[in-house]
This record gives sequence, C-alpha cells and structure tokens, in this order.
Amino acid sequence: MILLWGSNARETHPIFFHHVLKGIRNGAKLYVIDPRRTSSAQWADVWLGLDVGSDISLANAMARETIHAGLANERFIQHATSGFEAYRGCVEKYTLERAERETGVPAEMIRQTAHAYAKAKRAQICWTLGITEHHNAVDNVLALVNLALLTGHVGRYGSGVNPLRGQNNVQGGGDMGAIPDRLPGFQHVENAELRAKFERAYGTKLDPKRGLHLSGMFEAMEHGELTTLYVLGENPIDSEADRHRAVKLMSGLEFLVVQDIFYTKTAELAHVILPGSAGWCETEGTVTSSERRVQRVRAAVPLPGGVRDDMEIIYELAKRFGHDWGKPEAETIWNEVRSLSPMHAGMSYKRLEELGGIQWPCYDESHPGEMYLHSRLWREPLIGPRAPFSVVEFEPPVDELNEEYPIRLTTGRQLDSYNTGEQSRRFPSPLRRAAALDLSPEDGKRYKVCEGEQVRVSSRRGSVLAPVRFDPGLRPGLAFLAVHFHDEIATNDLTIDAVDPKSGTSEFKATAIRIEKCVES
Amino acid sequence: MDLHLTAEKASLEEQAAIDAALKKQESEGDGASPAVATDGHAASNGLPPRSKRHLLLPVLHAIQERMGWISPGALNYASLQLGLPPAEAHGVLSFYEMFSRKPQPRVVAHVCDDIACMTHGAGSLCAELERKLGHSGSPCLDGKAIWQRTSCLGLCERAPAALITAAGETPRERVIAPAQEESISSAVAEAVGGKLTEQIDVLDPKVSAPQAGQPQLRLLRRVGQADPASLEHYRRSGGYHALNKAFEWGPERVIREVIDSKLLGRGGAAFPAGKKWEAVHVQRDSNRPHYVVCNADESEPGTFKDRILMEGDPFAILEGMTIAAFAVGAKKGYIYIRGEYPFAAKQLEKAIRTACAQNLLGKNISGREFSFDIEIRRGAGAYICGEETALFNSIEGYRGEPRNKPPFPAQSGLFHQPTVVNNVETLVNVPEIILNGGAAYARIGTANSAGYRLFCVSGHVARPGIYEVSFGPTIRNVIEIAGGVGGTGRLQAVLLGGAAGSFVSPKELDTPLTFEGTRAIGATLGSGVVMLFDDSVDLKQILLRIAAFFRSETCGQCVPCRVGTTRQEELLQRLVQRKPLGSNEQESALLKEMAQAMRDASICGLGQTASGAILSAMDRWSLFS
Repeated sequence: MILLWGSNARETHPIFFHHVLKGIRNGAKLYVIDPRRTSSAQWADVWLGLDVGSDISLANAMARETIHAGLANERFIQHATSGFEAYRGCVEKYTLERAERETGVPAEMIRQTAHAYAKAKRAQICWTLGITEHHNAVDNVLALVNLALLTGHVGRYGSGVNPLRGQNNVQGGGDMGAIPDRLPGFQHVENAELRAKFERAYGTKLDPKRGLHLSGMFEAMEHGELTTLYVLGENPIDSEADRHRAVKLMSGLEFLVVQDIFYTKTAELAHVILPGSAGWCETEGTVTSSERRVQRVRAAVPLPGGVRDDMEIIYELAKRFGHDWGKPEAETIWNEVRSLSPMHAGMSYKRLEELGGIQWPCYDESHPGEMYLHSRLWREPLIGPRAPFSVVEFEPPVDELNEEYPIRLTTGRQLDSYNTGEQSRRFPSPLRRAAALDLSPEDGKRYKVCEGEQVRVSSRRGSVLAPVRFDPGLRPGLAFLAVHFHDEIATNDLTIDAVDPKSGTSEFKATAIRIEKCVES
Repeated sequence: MDLHLTAEKASLEEQAAIDAALKKQESEGDGASPAVATDGHAASNGLPPRSKRHLLLPVLHAIQERMGWISPGALNYASLQLGLPPAEAHGVLSFYEMFSRKPQPRVVAHVCDDIACMTHGAGSLCAELERKLGHSGSPCLDGKAIWQRTSCLGLCERAPAALITAAGETPRERVIAPAQEESISSAVAEAVGGKLTEQIDVLDPKVSAPQAGQPQLRLLRRVGQADPASLEHYRRSGGYHALNKAFEWGPERVIREVIDSKLLGRGGAAFPAGKKWEAVHVQRDSNRPHYVVCNADESEPGTFKDRILMEGDPFAILEGMTIAAFAVGAKKGYIYIRGEYPFAAKQLEKAIRTACAQNLLGKNISGREFSFDIEIRRGAGAYICGEETALFNSIEGYRGEPRNKPPFPAQSGLFHQPTVVNNVETLVNVPEIILNGGAAYARIGTANSAGYRLFCVSGHVARPGIYEVSFGPTIRNVIEIAGGVGGTGRLQAVLLGGAAGSFVSPKELDTPLTFEGTRAIGATLGSGVVMLFDDSVDLKQILLRIAAFFRSETCGQCVPCRVGTTRQEELLQRLVQRKPLGSNEQESALLKEMAQAMRDASICGLGQTASGAILSAMDRWSLFS
C-alpha cells in the first residue's frame, strides 16, 4: 500500500511515480490524500480530499480508529517506541466524526483508510510539500511518523516514511550540512565532541551555535542583524512567501552576492554576480537521491566562457580570505567528507562507480549500504534509543477564511515546469499549461466568470490579475495557482509568510483569497 | 506509462458495447469497492486507477461483435477504460485474426479451406463462392457481407464447414456443416436481412460421436445421452461424485491418485498431469495465488474432440477443473476457448451459471472451506494461443506470444503465478480417476499409455467423428471402428496428430495408437488426429496447405519460425511448380536444414514442429521426383 499524502507525484515526481504505477500494476493499493483531486489522485484506489491544512486531524483520527479497532502493532510499540500513552491520550479526542467535521472527508472513508493502512502487509507513507509547506510543517510530519510507529510500518522492507525530495540533490545538500544546525553527515554542531572532530580536521574554531534557516535570515534582515548575503543557486525573490516583503528586505542589504547559472530576479538585486556552473552537466562530484543513494556526477560539457566551477569559486574566495586550500578536486573533497562523516566512510569513488551508487549509511568499504533505514527498531534486543511518539494537535491554517476572503488558495507545481521557473521557462514545452487561476467549475458559475476571463485575485497581503481556468479536480471553495510564472502571476504576492518555527517553512499551501471580476474600462 | 490517447472518439454504440462488456466482467468479480457519497472530499475508484489489461480481450470481442470491426476511436475509449495505452491495445488487436482493424461488413462468412475440408470439396465450394459472391475477402451483397477463407474451424467430422457471424446489438453466429454454396449464400442473405437464426443445438451426437450410447464409453458416456444443459442429468449419471470423493480424500491423496493413474496430457505434449499438479500443490503455502487453466483453444487442424466434450458434457470439465483447483489450492480458474467455438463457449457459460447457483462453484463450495470461480475467455483466431504460455499472455491482455521456458507454468504461469494448465480431455479423465482410483485407471490401456483416449477421425473415412478407445488399438483398428476407408476406398496416407503431427503410410497401419507405438515409427499422437486421405488426393496440395497454415499462424516473435515458415512455404511452392532452385535434392536438403534450425532455435512448439508433417510425407513418398 502506498499512501501519497500531500503530494501530486504524478506531476512533481514523474519518474518516481512511474515506479508507483509499476507497483499499482503489481497489485499495490494507492491512497492519495490531497485537497485537490490531482492527476495522481486519479490513479488512486481511494482519494481523500481533505480541507487544506487539516492533515493532523485526519492522521490523529486514523490513529484513534486504529487503536480502537485493535489494529495497533502493540508488540512493536512496546518493543521500540516511547510516549505511546501520551499519544493515545491525545488522539482519543479525534473521533471520526470530529475529523469529518475538520477535514470534510466522510468518516467512513477515514475508517476504511485507517484499516487498510494498519492491515497492509507493507505500507509506506510518501509526502512532499503538501505536508511541509504549512505553519505547522514539522507537526504534520510527526503526525505521519506517529501512524507509522503505531502500525509498525517502519524499518522493514517495503514499509516506511518517505519524504520525496524536490531535486536530484536536496538530500545531498542536507547530507553535506546545508542545514543550520548540522555538520556533514547530520552531525549536530552543538555537540562539542562532534564539533571538536571537525575543528581538528579544519584546524580552526567553529561557531558552536546553530545558524539561521532561510526564514530566520529574513527576520534577521528585518531586525538589521543580517546585512550581507551570499546566495548560491537560490532565487528567494520568486520563491519566498509574501514577495513584497522579500523584495523590500533584500533590496535593503548592504552587500548581496548571487552565484547562479541564470540571471534571476534575485540576481537583479545583487551587487556582485558570480556565474556558476550547472551541477548536473558541468561539474564533477556526487549527488544523493531521495532514496539516499550517493551517485557520481561527471562533467559532460565544458564550462561556457566567463563561468567558473562552483568549487573553484569557493576555493578562490578562500584564497582571497587568506587560506590556500590547494587545487579544487572533487574526489579530494569527497574523501574529506568520508573522513569526517561516518555514514559516508565506505563510499570511495571507486566503489560508487562500481556499484552504481551506494545508499547511506555505509560505514566502511565492506559495507554494501542500506536499502532502508531503522531496521534496528526490530532487532531483539532493541539497538539504540526508542522511537518517540509525538503529541501533535490540529491547528487550522493561519490565514483564516471569512466572508471577505472566502476561497482557500493552495499553490503547487505543474508537470512541465520547475519551481520559480528559472530552469524551465526558457524552454518551450508542449505540455505547458499557461499561468492561470484554477477554479472549480461550480465556483466559475457562482462568481459568474468564464474560462479565460481575467479576474482580480486578492489576499490580505496583495492582489494580482489572473485568467481563470476550470479544473474539475477542484471542489467549490478551493483554488489553485502554480508557482512557476511570477512574471505573469506573482503568486507569492498573495501567500502568507506564516512560518513554521521548527523548520522555517512558510505556509505556501494555505492562503485566503477572494476573486473579483475586473471592471470593464 | 501515460496513456497517450489519440484524438479519435468512439461512437455511442461503441461506448455502449465497451461499457456493457466491462460491467459484465465487473459483476463477475473484478468490481471496485462501492463508493461513498461525498461532496467532493473523497472518491474511491472514480477513474481507472490501475490497468485492467486482462479484460482487453473480452472488450475487443465486445466491440468486434457489436460493430463488425474495431475503430481507432473504439480502441481509444477501451484503452481509457482499461487504463492501457492505445498503442499497447493496438498491438494486441492486430495479433488476432478474428478482429478487423478496417471497416468491414457486419456479416462475415468464414469458410474453411483446411486439409480435412479439402478432402470433402472445400476447394470447389470456395470456387463456387467466388463465382457467386466474388473474391474471398472482398465485400459482397452491396458491401453488407463478406466471405473469407479460413483455417480449420474444428468441424472436420462434418466437412466442409463454414461459420457465419453477424455483428450487431445481438450478435449472432451460425455453424453450417456440411456446407454448400446455397446454404452459405442463403444464411448470409438471412444475416444481412437481420434474420439469421442461431442453431442452438449444434451438436448432433449421431453424426459427431457415432459411438454415442455404447455402454463401454467413459469419456463420451454422457455425450448424446444426457442433456448437456442439465445439472440434474449430469448428477444422475454419476456427476460430482468424484468431487465429493476428492473432498473426503484431501488434496494430497487426490494428487497421489492422479500421479498413480499415469494420466498423460491429452493436448499433444503428453506431460504427466499429476506431476504438474504436484509442482503447483507444493507451493500452496507461498502466499501466491494459484490458477487452474483449462486449455480449450483446440486449434490443431483436424482436432475437434474438445469441442464435442464442451458441447456435449460441459459439467464434466467443470468438475475436473474444480478437483484440480481443490488439489492445488487455486481459487480462480480460466477456460480459454478458441474463438471459432461460439457454441461450446455458450454451453460452458450456461453450465458455470448453473453450477454457481447450486454452490458447486463460487464461495465455500458445498459448505466447505474451498472457493473456486471459473471465468471463460474466448480466443480470437490465433493457433499459437494453444501453446500454454501464449495462452497466458492472451488472457493477461498481451499479444499471444509464447514465453521462454523455464520458468514453467507450475512456477510462473498465468499472471506469473503457479498455474496448472490442462487440456479439456485431460480434465474429463480426472473424475474417472478419482471414482475408480489411480491404480485401476493405470491398468487400463497399455503399460506406457494409461486410460482412455479420444481420436478425431476425419477425411476419407466412412463415418468421421470422435471415437473413444482404451489405449491399445492400432491405426487399422481405429479406422475399422470408424467404418473403414471412405472416398475411393483406396487409402493413400494417414495424418496423425494434425498439422504439427506426421504422415504415415498404409504399410504402417498396424502401429498401435499409443504414445510409445507412434513414437516407435517417428510419429506422434498429438491431439488425437487421425485424418485419412484416399488415392485421389494430391498430397502435394495438402503439404502446401499445411505450410501456408504455419506461415499464417507463426506469431513472428522469434526469427527461426517467422522466417522459416515463410521460406518453407516458398520452397514447397517451387517444388510443386517444378521450378526448384538447383535440383530437387538440393531443395530437399535445404528444407531439412531449415527444419533443423527451426527445431533447435524456435521458442515454442509451433516452430519446432512446423516441418514435421511435411518432412514425414517426403520421407515416405517421392512426391517431387
């Protein structure tokens, strides 16, 4: 059983979804949980079209039903988890009826889904931004993790919890420490012993405190604490919620450096632009896929004139700062990673090439890597700490619906385009659907607008013009905008920057809007 | 995996035919869980969520039977409903002879011009039809009908044979055998006028099974004696006693008895049936679904025994399959019936409905913890689908191309699960074995050929038909049972085992018709064909027809067979027209070399045996000197 929760993988992870389809054809059941009846949901055995942001209510109600039906995996709970009693107490409040009220999904469907998930021989929950682009993103994730712990669908072949990564190397970025509180290999920077290991290797002191995540940086800019920014391969002007604020803050920086392969909206504001290299075709190194597989990447084409390898730029900067790191070489840097990050230790370039990639952890050169994580939870006796249940409560989206803003707008991605469109909009695609506000046909009638008609879309923060398109996958009161076409429709003029304090992610998925017919002039 | 539908749209009539076919299938157990009414917050199975590819063949049949052909629009709509790319569906559609991809009149007369019918005037019949209705394959009667030549229709005991099909809201089919130009023309005219009456009671046992009613018969004892539609008759004549006994014995004992019976498969390959069952049975704890498949794709030219069993004693097949399912732990069975047997299919459908109503099929059969369902699948005019792995592919909705073996069906058969696949006649033997015990059955017949056997005697014989014997009689004995040589009365040759079998000469008539007896003279029993040719027959023409048959029926998957069958026909044409490349001896050597290549390198039996009959004839007679 595959539970696709808050993911339109059919469009956003088409290669992954290809494997899902193979699974379906082999008899796997697909359940899709998504406010929209997306093209992924159309392949599903069951689609639960919950109201935006009510995921925790749904998950907790599934948990309560699982416990009451005697379907919880008590052996596993006793053996490998902690905090179950508190969790049970919390979910007890989430009756099916309550969940039906809060999510809109019929109680019977929730019950069926809970039973199917608990009884499945193998089940995995896969999610993407529908879970994480909320003000309570981490709580949403924990609610799903709770379900996996409750049913024992974790740490076994074919079962697990699986965040689908948005790019070929999001996982690799995290692995290498591009997270405010982690060093390479997810080693906590605030752990003195681990930090000391890196300090010895680097021959310098490291800041013992964690850094800022993206939203935190914007707050710091607002407070005047952050005045200089070096942006690599990111386009926050187009990707941040509440775009007006982002433009204001970044324009006010004393010094902004942008290193990118395209002249982005962010680059337009920069004091210095460093033309970088395209990771997938112009550089040497490794990437790590969603399944934690580290793979080699090789330069297939030479760098265009005037462009330097990203690695070389950083080495050159170091040199200007007075540190000569020698000649930039991908394999040398990788070997440094291996010497400092135990979970990468066994991955020599030679082995990566021979095996076509290795899934971490891989502790030494005789270790084959691991196909799935957390198998330790099933060992007798248990190895390592218990997996904790987390008490999480339903909180509705911050941007409330009312008479003035009666429509729930959610944002997302389309098959043909990629995030802010920097990498995709320069190329024509026969599959591309033009920028438009997707509405249910019923709402079209209700607001007396027809397909193609330009309407004014307003939220509490901003207002844009957009043509209307009808999508039968939407129900009345639910609208959708893609995030790819900021030149045509600046979606993030509307979105709210209500940030999840734990992850720093904004609530892109839930905006309250109204639409108005444009007055003929 | 996206569907990539094309722009063509299906007509309302086509949509209705497809929807009805799917609804019928779904009501038979492929159904989705009922949807809960919602306000747009949930859906279950609203759009085709997964491929229902295995329903492709029934859906194609439904379109063909309704429209007379399958348009791109209809294929598109069917593909959408089945969750299958139309390109894939097209690949399957184009595989089968009975489906038309071009607009075609709704009324089609299929006229057999195969070897058995050739001995009964198929040649002159076709010539007359050409004069009257025009060329084979071109529309006649203001484009409202068409007649076409076809390979063996399995009606050899009543040669020459024809099958009329009339597509429409109520599709109709009629068998005409023996057929004359007048009877075909008038049936076609009737069909064009929308008035074609079907012959429901198509089997005349006195004609098809001349022994009917004789007391010693076991396999044929009900044919012509009991009403094939009546479960009551079947029970009264000992039916379902064997199933009850099997229930008492338990699966292990059933399998032991079937092994002890030394029952060999009657489809042609003669593999020990009990061994097949055991190989599937041992996997019952593997959590994989098991299947029982009845191979009723009787397409070997000259073979019609399974048709008569299906038309004359359908419950015996169901009982045999149910026992097999019980023994191997299968919950689902398929009967794959060749497309040219509409009445056999109807008879079995009726029998399945009756058996379900009486709890002899379905959930908890006779109150036991054993459930078994049987679904019928009709082939669509592809000889190769009689090959068991091609048959699996056909049921699964793929082109009916054979798979490489191993793995064998017992390990990876239908839907790649452990599967028992048995021929109709083999399964009809099963109740006999259970009732009397395996050891008793093994004592019948000869040491290496146990039990009863049906022979399909046709061609120049006094009383063509199906004959049951206990293994032992010689070719001569069987011909005598069938009333002796017909035609001119002077026997020239006998074809054993059909197109994939071999010719024997009158000097070899004292060969026992046993597995070991025929093997000793380099021949084969195959599917039990005994086809006689008198001295008026030009054997060269018979060989050409056999070569043409294989050329037309090769599935084209593997090179030796695809190229070899064509080259073989060309070579024979050259010899018949006395235009050999080099000398006749050189041609003959070339033919042998090609045959060797096909035997060695073809994936399945079709290529491996495609030259057998031809070479056996050339070994025995100097046809081309």
